Amino acid sequence: MGNYLPSTPDERQAMLEAIGYTEFSQLFADVPESVLLTEPLAIPNGLSELEVLNKMQSLADQNTVYQLILRGAGAYDHYIPAIVSSVTSREEFQTAYTPYQAEISQGVLQSIFEYQTMICELTGMDVSNASVYDGASAAAEAALMCVDRRRKKVVVAGNAHPDVVATIRTYCWARGLPFEVVPARDGLLDADSVRTASTDAACVYFQQPNFLGLIEDAPTIVEAAHTAGAKAIMGVNPIALGLLKSPGECGADIAVGEGQPLGLPLSYGGPYLGFMACKKQMMRSLPGRIAGETKDKQGRRAYVLTLQAREQHIRREKAGSNLCTNQALCAMAVAVYLGAMGSKGLAQAAQLSHNNARYFADQLTNIPGYALVHDAPFFHEFLTSSPISPEKLEQALAQKGILSGLPVGENILWCVTEKATRALLDQAISIIREVHAQ
Amino acid sequence: MNTPKNLKYTKTHEWLLEEDGVYVIGITDHAQSELGDIVFINLPLADSDISTGEALADVESVKAVSDVISPVTGVVSAVNEELADSPEKLNEQPYEAWIAKVRDVTETEDLLTAEEYEAFVQSEA
Amino acid sequence: MKLIFERGGSGRTMQYLPEGDTPKAVLPAHLLRQQPARLPEVTEIEVGRHYAELAKQVFGVVSGFYPLGSCTMKYNPRINERVASLPGFAAIHPLQKDAEGCRGVLELAEKLLCEITGMDAMTFQPSAGAHGELLGLMLIKKYHEQNGALHRKKIIIPDAAHGTNPASASMADFDVINVPSDENGCMDMDAFEKVLGADVAGLMLTNPNTLGLFDPNVLAITEKVHACGGLCYYDGANLNAIMGHVRPGDMGFDVVHLNLHKTFSTPHGGGGPGSGPVGCKEFLKDYMPGSALMGNHPDRSVGQVRAFHGNFGVVVRALTYILTLGADGIREASQTAVLNANYLMHKIKEDFPVAYDHPCMHEFVLTLEQLKAENGVSAMDVAKGLIDHGMHPPTMYFPLIVHEALMVEPTETESREALDEAAKAFHAVRLQADNDPESLHNAPVSTPIGRPDDVAAARDPILRYTFPE
Repeated sequence: MGNYLPSTPDERQAMLEAIGYTEFSQLFADVPESVLLTEPLAIPNGLSELEVLNKMQSLADQNTVYQLILRGAGAYDHYIPAIVSSVTSREEFQTAYTPYQAEISQGVLQSIFEYQTMICELTGMDVSNASVYDGASAAAEAALMCVDRRRKKVVVAGNAHPDVVATIRTYCWARGLPFEVVPARDGLLDADSVRTASTDAACVYFQQPNFLGLIEDAPTIVEAAHTAGAKAIMGVNPIALGLLKSPGECGADIAVGEGQPLGLPLSYGGPYLGFMACKKQMMRSLPGRIAGETKDKQGRRAYVLTLQAREQHIRREKAGSNLCTNQALCAMAVAVYLGAMGSKGLAQAAQLSHNNARYFADQLTNIPGYALVHDAPFFHEFLTSSPISPEKLEQALAQKGILSGLPVGENILWCVTEKATRALLDQAISIIREVHAQ
Repeated sequence: MNTPKNLKYTKTHEWLLEEDGVYVIGITDHAQSELGDIVFINLPLADSDISTGEALADVESVKAVSDVISPVTGVVSAVNEELADSPEKLNEQPYEAWIAKVRDVTETEDLLTAEEYEAFVQSEA
Repeated sequence: MKLIFERGGSGRTMQYLPEGDTPKAVLPAHLLRQQPARLPEVTEIEVGRHYAELAKQVFGVVSGFYPLGSCTMKYNPRINERVASLPGFAAIHPLQKDAEGCRGVLELAEKLLCEITGMDAMTFQPSAGAHGELLGLMLIKKYHEQNGALHRKKIIIPDAAHGTNPASASMADFDVINVPSDENGCMDMDAFEKVLGADVAGLMLTNPNTLGLFDPNVLAITEKVHACGGLCYYDGANLNAIMGHVRPGDMGFDVVHLNLHKTFSTPHGGGGPGSGPVGCKEFLKDYMPGSALMGNHPDRSVGQVRAFHGNFGVVVRALTYILTLGADGIREASQTAVLNANYLMHKIKEDFPVAYDHPCMHEFVLTLEQLKAENGVSAMDVAKGLIDHGMHPPTMYFPLIVHEALMVEPTETESREALDEAAKAFHAVRLQADNDPESLHNAPVSTPIGRPDDVAAARDPILRYTFPE
């Protein structure tokens, strides 16, 4: 049906003849005949744009769109100013490729340079790359950065996001690197255990706030890693950085994280973006694309992809990583978000999320049977017990358009952002009370 | 192509100078010109062991990276740290810009004289 | 042009969020950041104009002809964007159960892409081609591990391969065995047979290869790898040449990765987000990845390579495209991609010789070695000269086995007149190279900046903006 070919069948036949062929099959003469398809593929006939839209809309309609999302666990429902998608939907940005030709790619290169600057500011690090696939793969790449001939073991906090832990574990398995999990105690890491595990390790990865939403004593964890001679990789929620100490202030060597909260829609898990920044000393081990400033022959300021000799297209099997794309359009969304929100707006998003989460936690724990599982301060996520099955609660809230916290065993991991209002939260509380009364 | 007569050479384009049992190693004029503008060098650590055929350092230009292969087995006794800040010296004065000095040498690759090296480069072209 | 940090002024801000109506909660002071992030202080009009300015300095597929070899810069249909932004997709949390429609998208995309590739299962977790390569190699590693054959360490890779192939193999702790190309630009069969043995874990092959040539020995190659106990990996970078005509699964491949952002029209976005799904045959299905948090791994899974389900929004776009084209449209697309490449090659090979003069698939590689020797004009000079003719240059200096290479991939979404125009541009640059070679060293002259100083950028890297004190 629609195939986006500008040429008509007659024109194509004429082109074929113009270069000395008569049949299209001649173009495929090198393909062994035994494997050439003789039957059409078993996929439906093409559709018009209107039919496709209807078909895809009917799939979208099978999903529930919630008016309030009280679930985080690695994907966060924050407000996205309209300007973000308005910028990233420009076709020039969407349809360009990696900016190899700097003279006609200054727009993309400069936007990456600005993104890198913002990530450095946010994390308190010296150098940022142009972004990687997501927070989990960023953490895994960061771990590989630290490994050298003498230290190969990778240590990961047991209270980090399970998908991040599993991703690092998988990368280590593939590379043949020892991998160890440091368990948490009462929801938090303990510096002594971190130090012990790190004695022969290349690095320690931990997360702030951790998977349970609790705020770690990050400077102490970093110090424990350093005392043992290991690098400290800090995974951070970027919205929380509106309030919390930056990885730079905590002394970390590398900061990574999931950039989705900064202006990217939930979109069932992707496309997201992993940000990755480090201290200057580690600059040449940082994988992925990096944009840098230089000048052209006339002395005009210009931006280029730089430090390319680190990368796979030059170093091939000796490269530290195979990364060759970033999430450029997602990085642009993040830069527009941070630019539009500004430092004050980011701090406000963080503070409102924290206020709302504390309010909801207070209201919820007033209901008998709901209690905070841990005592430590939290940012915008927290784990509570539940006197009834989390699944039953999930159903009751879903009927009123609210996505409950994530069931974690018998407990529930809640998340509240600035998108909630007191009225919506009160409504959720009254639904929970009703279920409880039944 | 500049090929000083007092130096020895390798087929992987390093030069060597022996001074009282210590071997000074760098890259040749031909090597730097093939690489183009050198932007970074990854230097070895002083006191580290090195064997013939191993990468002693790697040198990056904008569009290429090349290992500097050690023609001797021994212990790195000194490293030219100045190159870390000024890698362009490798382009400008390749025979002044030594990379490392190696002591306690137990094994040496077959080395070429200046004439042999020049002939080798000609034959490669 | 100004950086966003050089726009606006102190104290300027927008009010996107309310004051809030829950009590202010205070965290212990020792947890709080001391140094606020210095972010831009701008209002929305300044942001809008800033990016409007940047947009003028970007060349996309909508800007003009974009024959960037190996990247399949085809048209990105707008409907794909509209569908991906439907709230029923964009607002769905990855951990919500009532997402029947999202699962439906992934299942249907899996089914259709398995049919196109001849595979039995597909995962969408990898987010780019290189990410898919890594996962595909993990599947191969797991297979050998399960069979007690971890001594199989060698991955055979032709020397024409993308740099990601050897880099991915290293990340999976394999030893890379490079095999040279023969005088026809295909795998040198003698050299290939010499590296076969009981230590071979597998082969990574791009076919058509990076010279745009379909290796006619492909069936013998995959058979020999299997015969010595290895597995065959198909790098789907060039699937746009063959979809609907021949399937990797029928050519003896056990694992494939696809690039939805190339073959299936999802926008490249200036370098991402992409999607690099990996397909495999039934016997490898149990090793596919899942999410630890969702607990949806197969029994003997390799683990996972990122969080959740991968770049779902990109899969939505690709599915929209596949449903639009249908079986016939897919076949017609690749056939036209091959036609357009041969047509353009035919028109420019008088001006610039083809590295391997043979009918090509969806792309072809020129060699400017002689031009450089005679006129001092390099592949880079020609590429920059083409910019002044309003087109994006071909891929430069790749594959590495061709000296002074330019790799041209027109794609199927160009008309005959667009190709004729491009041929004229190539011809004009050839005349310039003969008559005024000096001028090409200064190209491009029509762009906001001239050639940037890459050497200075790499010697003294400036990787972020420095705020005035």
